[in-house]
Amino acid sequence: MAKLNINGKTVDIAASAETPLLWALREQAGLTGTKYGCGIAQCGACSVHINGEVQRSCSITVGALKATDKIVTIEGLSADGSHPVQKAWAALDVPQCGYCQSGQIMAATALLAKNPKPTDADIDQAMTNICRCGTYSRIRAAIGKAAADMASLPAAPGKAKKA
Amino acid sequence: MTKTMKSSLASARGVSRRAFVASAAAVGGGLAIGVDAAGLTKALAQKVLSSDVNEVGAWVVIKPNDEVIVRIARSEMGQGTLTGLAQLVCEELECDWSKVKAEYVTPGENLARKRVWGDMSTGGSRGIRTSHEYVRKGGAAARQMLLQAAADQWKVPVAELTVEKGIVSHAASNRKISYGKLASAASKLDVPADVKLKDPKDWKLIGQGVPRLDTVEKTVGKLVYSIDVKLPGLLNASIMDAPVFGARVVSYDEAKAKGMPGVRHVLKVGDTAVAVVADTWWQANEAVKALNIKWEEGANAKVSDESINAFLKDGLTATDGVFVGNKAGDADAALAGAAKRLEGTYFSPYQHHVCLEPMNCTALVTADKCEVWTGTQNGDATLAVAAEASGLPPSKCEVYKLHLGGGFGRRGFQDPVQKAVLLAKQIPGVPVKLVWSREEDMRQGRYRPVGLCKMEAGLDDKGDLVALKMRIAAPSILTYAAPSRLEPSGRDIAAFQGLNPTGPEGQFGYTVPNILVEHAMRNTHVPPGFWRGVNNNQNAIWLETFLDEVARAAGKDPLAFRRAMMANHPKHLAVLNAVAGKIGWDSPAPAGVTRGIAQHMGYGSYVAAAAEVRVSDRGKVKIERLVMATDCGYVVNPQQVTAQVEGSVAYGLGAMLYQEINVAAGRVVQENFDTYQMMLMEDFPKIETILAPSGGFWGGVGEPTICVAAPAVLNAIYAATGQPIRTLPLKNVKLQRA
Ligand code: FES
Ligand code: FES
Repeated sequence: MAKLNINGKTVDIAASAETPLLWALREQAGLTGTKYGCGIAQCGACSVHINGEVQRSCSITVGALKATDKIVTIEGLSADGSHPVQKAWAALDVPQCGYCQSGQIMAATALLAKNPKPTDADIDQAMTNICRCGTYSRIRAAIGKAAADMASLPAAPGKAKKA
Repeated sequence: MTKTMKSSLASARGVSRRAFVASAAAVGGGLAIGVDAAGLTKALAQKVLSSDVNEVGAWVVIKPNDEVIVRIARSEMGQGTLTGLAQLVCEELECDWSKVKAEYVTPGENLARKRVWGDMSTGGSRGIRTSHEYVRKGGAAARQMLLQAAADQWKVPVAELTVEKGIVSHAASNRKISYGKLASAASKLDVPADVKLKDPKDWKLIGQGVPRLDTVEKTVGKLVYSIDVKLPGLLNASIMDAPVFGARVVSYDEAKAKGMPGVRHVLKVGDTAVAVVADTWWQANEAVKALNIKWEEGANAKVSDESINAFLKDGLTATDGVFVGNKAGDADAALAGAAKRLEGTYFSPYQHHVCLEPMNCTALVTADKCEVWTGTQNGDATLAVAAEASGLPPSKCEVYKLHLGGGFGRRGFQDPVQKAVLLAKQIPGVPVKLVWSREEDMRQGRYRPVGLCKMEAGLDDKGDLVALKMRIAAPSILTYAAPSRLEPSGRDIAAFQGLNPTGPEGQFGYTVPNILVEHAMRNTHVPPGFWRGVNNNQNAIWLETFLDEVARAAGKDPLAFRRAMMANHPKHLAVLNAVAGKIGWDSPAPAGVTRGIAQHMGYGSYVAAAAEVRVSDRGKVKIERLVMATDCGYVVNPQQVTAQVEGSVAYGLGAMLYQEINVAAGRVVQENFDTYQMMLMEDFPKIETILAPSGGFWGGVGEPTICVAAPAVLNAIYAATGQPIRTLPLKNVKLQRA
């Protein structure tokens, strides 16, 4: 049994310490938006945020996490798909099969949180998730759109930060 | 039939003759696959197909609130077919597109209703091109029924009615009524046998780049793939099948696996595989790793890349097992008399599909029922395999289709379904979700076949191509996967994709007076499969890169050399000219950049590509620009066609640049992405897509362009290096600028 903070709630997870976070999320927490693609930190389908950093959850065990570590999954990114990155993804019809897209969106949101105006080279460097359907050019365009949309939003109080 | 959501398995089973909704309609309708912590015990509720009173013909259901539900028989695997098919139906229906949802019909329902929804298979870029007519007729029939219902109600002639966006109007009496209010009456009318379809020039919705119907769920993690299925009492399984294809299980450490946490069952599946069933999949998979299975491997354990290559090489000169695909004149005599001769032998390795969602299937078998939840490219075949594996008649089986996390041809094969049912049958009444680890998925593929190809050309003294010979030595996909589609002689017509002299599927685009194209069928123990684009991939690479070598030998420009042979192939030529124009073929390329061009026809569509690449002094390739043109006759949804073109580029170029499946000791070497590299964001070129639909035919779009991306890039590299590239993937080739 482990205590994990997932999407803002502390929950008891009935998983052994060596269980990868990916499987604890999918099988114990019932959060199936985080996907399994490789299990060896290669594809990024399992990407989540841990304390604001994008991490590949297949390669982090439950035992390596503390109850204070803040885990955010695609389901916790926004209550209703209203995060600007999610909206940009929908506006540009980015997904094909969609299987990689939770991970792509988690990687993109983490990138934009640190770097609100990424260059193409920044995107190349940060976006290393596999998309077998080849949605890369729309992902790049959607990051650009989300960046622009976020720049035109009033900064949330207490969160304003200069890049 | 009730409309109530079913939340217990018992009642869900009771309604399972009705369709299971797992698509866009599900989100609003509340397909209750929760993301709450109750997780595994939460019921997978099945929504009953909207009640019969609102079914207007087989394809359309209209709810009292004017919501329109379009039935979809084909499968959505990312290619946008779900949305495109709904557009076709709604074009004729004249409903309000903003109120449209889509739902899958089930194979069991299709069977029970005498295949009213036609073919369910989704491969060969057929989703739209082979069903556009009857789905449009389904929409037109429904419109006619709804108009008739209004005419009956108002006692006016149908001819006086008009309809726009689902509102029927009678101008003379200034009356209006919505489809939702007419649906119940319309559903009681006979479905008209004969309906007239609109002239393409009157289309309003076909040709529009409307957003997909299934996008939002994919951006919030809510779309349920079959790997995400939850059922009450569900157990999870992982499996290991013989790495040497066909080897039989001799022994395994059952006790050790059984003692591991969460493990409930350790079971043999057929003669070749062992599965572990546990509370969670991760537990099951850990236990599979501890099984230490021993197989009786037989002679196949000696097969390797070397032995396969020797076997294929023999096929280049053999006279047995050789089939002719295209023959005109006398190629041998013309070669003998040619002013200049050229030859080269090309190699293409085995490829893997690597759908990002690994193969999986959930099955529940009882004494009198077999139910299957899976993402399949062929619902009918899934039903047939479920029946065969369970030993129950098809009428006692049902398949609930879910969106596919990638298909690319792999999910037309039903081996995961067969395994899941054989496993579930051993634990009657317990639903079992069988998920393959990525390693298992890679080891148990249906691989794009390896091939060797010897190309020979003869030029006359003017440098025109007078003879072309092409001898392919490769396994036959149809022999393994669809023997009923072999010709009586044993010829595999698919081996000649894009090289056939005639035919709407894929037609050779050049006129060469003396030509001979042959396939020496050489089948190995590695199971081959249909891989996006299938044999068009290698055929186009071999032909189009060799033509650049021949053009160079003739001292001609690659584009001019091709054009001279294309007067009788105006559609092929039109797309080639389109990419040449857009890339600026006639003006010099930027400094350090070289260009390549290629064309092909496959799946009923004409495609061409032009590439610009930069080869560094150290032999590193950067693809700077790619122009892709496609003439698929009619375009249903341009923004989805563009997405398919871009996707096919990633798939085709990834294979060309990096990917190969090697065989050693009878088994596949590559087991995960660390050794099977994908194209990533940083490699992905800027793509300019030209849609050039010339009308009058319906070609596919998911596959054709894959065939031209790689040869265009290879030709651009050849222009830089002067060294022909005859062996792929490119990572194995050392490049040097000329
Ligand atoms: S599943 Fe974690 S990176 Fe692929
Ligand atoms: S959309 Fe299919 S893998 Fe990315």
